[in-house]
Amino acid sequence: MFYREVGQFKSTYAADQVIFPIRQDRYFVWAVMAFAFLGVPLLASQYLFSAILIPFLILSLAALGLNLLVGYCGQISLGTGGFMAVGAYTAYNLALRIPELNPLVAFVLAGGVTTLVGILFGIPSLRIKGFYLAVATLAAQFFLDWVFSRVRWFTNYTPSGSINAPQITFFDFTFDTPLKKYLLCLGFVTVFALLARNLVRGRLGRSWMAIRDMDVAAEIIGIRPLYAKLSAFAVSSFFIGVAGSLWAFVHLGSWEPLAFDVNRSFSLLFMVIIGGLGSILGSFLGAAFITLLPLFLNQLPAWLGIPMSTALISHLEVMIFGALIVFFLIVEPQGLARLWRIAKEKLRLWPFPY
Amino acid sequence: MGFFLEVLIGGVMAGVLYSLVALGLVLIFKASGVFNFAQGAMVLFAALTLVRLMEKMPLPLALLATCVVMLILAYLIERLVLRPLVNQAGITLFMATLGITFFIEGFGQILWGSDIYKLDLGIPKQPLIILEKVFDGGVLVSSEDLFATVVAGALVIVLAIFFQKTRIGRALRAVADDHQAAQSVGIPLNQIWLIVWTVAGIVALVAGIIWGSRLGVQFSLSLIALKALPVVILGGFTSVPGAILGGLIIGVGEKMSEVYLGPHIGGGIENWFAYTLALLFLLVRPEGLFGEKHIDRV
Repeated sequence: MFYREVGQFKSTYAADQVIFPIRQDRYFVWAVMAFAFLGVPLLASQYLFSAILIPFLILSLAALGLNLLVGYCGQISLGTGGFMAVGAYTAYNLALRIPELNPLVAFVLAGGVTTLVGILFGIPSLRIKGFYLAVATLAAQFFLDWVFSRVRWFTNYTPSGSINAPQITFFDFTFDTPLKKYLLCLGFVTVFALLARNLVRGRLGRSWMAIRDMDVAAEIIGIRPLYAKLSAFAVSSFFIGVAGSLWAFVHLGSWEPLAFDVNRSFSLLFMVIIGGLGSILGSFLGAAFITLLPLFLNQLPAWLGIPMSTALISHLEVMIFGALIVFFLIVEPQGLARLWRIAKEKLRLWPFPY
Repeated sequence: MGFFLEVLIGGVMAGVLYSLVALGLVLIFKASGVFNFAQGAMVLFAALTLVRLMEKMPLPLALLATCVVMLILAYLIERLVLRPLVNQAGITLFMATLGITFFIEGFGQILWGSDIYKLDLGIPKQPLIILEKVFDGGVLVSSEDLFATVVAGALVIVLAIFFQKTRIGRALRAVADDHQAAQSVGIPLNQIWLIVWTVAGIVALVAGIIWGSRLGVQFSLSLIALKALPVVILGGFTSVPGAILGGLIIGVGEKMSEVYLGPHIGGGIENWFAYTLALLFLLVRPEGLFGEKHIDRV
């Protein structure tokens, strides 16, 4: 009885086109937003902001971008880490070489550059599919890794190859405390989630889903695969590029090319799959799961009071992580978002039998 | 010319080693449609097991015991991971093998330790010099590589005979062609998967022995799976000859590019060169060299 749509009549076109057509969903989203913008800043500690919430938000953004590509358009990509690196290094070079440029503008421009790189590496998707494409996108990952570690211009000729991001200031306002950084990330994530939500229910998103479900059939009903696939790569790379620049500037502060290696790509793909392919909410759930799990596993021996060497803990962590991934895939191959959907379905009747 | 030949031979031999890892990938993909990312971790696990068992028992016994361990591993993977995930999308299965990779890496290093172990099976290490009459100074060939090539070649022949001539091999090919049809003529899918994963485990052991005796048995063995991926897509996921030829092309291409192209654009290009080579190749032939052509019908 808590999630009934009975009695919610749509009497205008505007009401028919709202983002969340069911009232309970609307309330829920407003409540979550209010909590994220007002409640969390009051409650959370410095550690919570910088170790959990900020990485979670930025990785959600990247996972959201990847989900548009993998979940909505069906093109598997393992080059996400490389695209994040493009965003990070572009933002760094823009901030370095054009000092009067506002960093927030630099982030968006970095997204733009990543879009171009993404389209370039998306071109093979027109010819190859499935796992062949997945491995082909690894080419992007390794090539970009190499470019950023070998071409010294990108790192401004620093001897070690690691770089420090400048502070983010917006006119006179400096984003220096974890709280301000958190709100900055939250702002970005909110805008982009809204954008994604609107994209996937519009014409573009529908053409992506048609391509995902069966590309030959989609082509026959008049969807151009070239346009649909490359636009998916473009939009997804834009999201990932912005996420990459935020990851570098807001979360890491100083970083090396290793920060964006192939493991980052894999963990983002994990987020998307565990969260739920083709679901905006799933990107957030997956990001939360993958961000929290290592922290949790790290703390577990201490909580249980079992003394262990650090090497053993790290191996055990990897092992349990792997086992849990398999476990989750077996229990719910469609991802955490599907569990959420099932819960909502149950809530329509619960607690009444029918 | 002598130098060119030396690079070429070096490339061919590196390529054979890539093929060995790729072979395991192809075997599993053919029989179960699973893109097994855990092959590299299996190489590491097999090599670690062998090295640590050799400390306690003679070599033949250790080899046998390692094979048994790989069989148990294959059984557990089939029983605990593949069977519950049957009929899921390929990407889900791929993710599951990524999970297996993490698990095996962690488990193997807890069980056997995470140091670098020296693996010495008495493979001759003296470099050979051949064709001294033809070229000035001859051509330098590492006898270790030569040994690896011979072993890999033998393994491929054995596998080819196994696939073509034996009853189980024919069943494997039937499963590869069509799961449902194979099942309906009475081929037990679960057993076939067990066999295939065991064979892949033994191939991983061979690869682990050869790579391990070159580099020492250590964590980085697990990363050679990443080297084998471009080989597989170049050769085609479903083709054993493709894996061999793909390995040779990648091996030679990599060495050639490192020697002749590397100095001009900065070193370390071998990490991405193989991928780019495979990618360019795929643009011309999307199914790889020998992959099955896929025709879509609406």
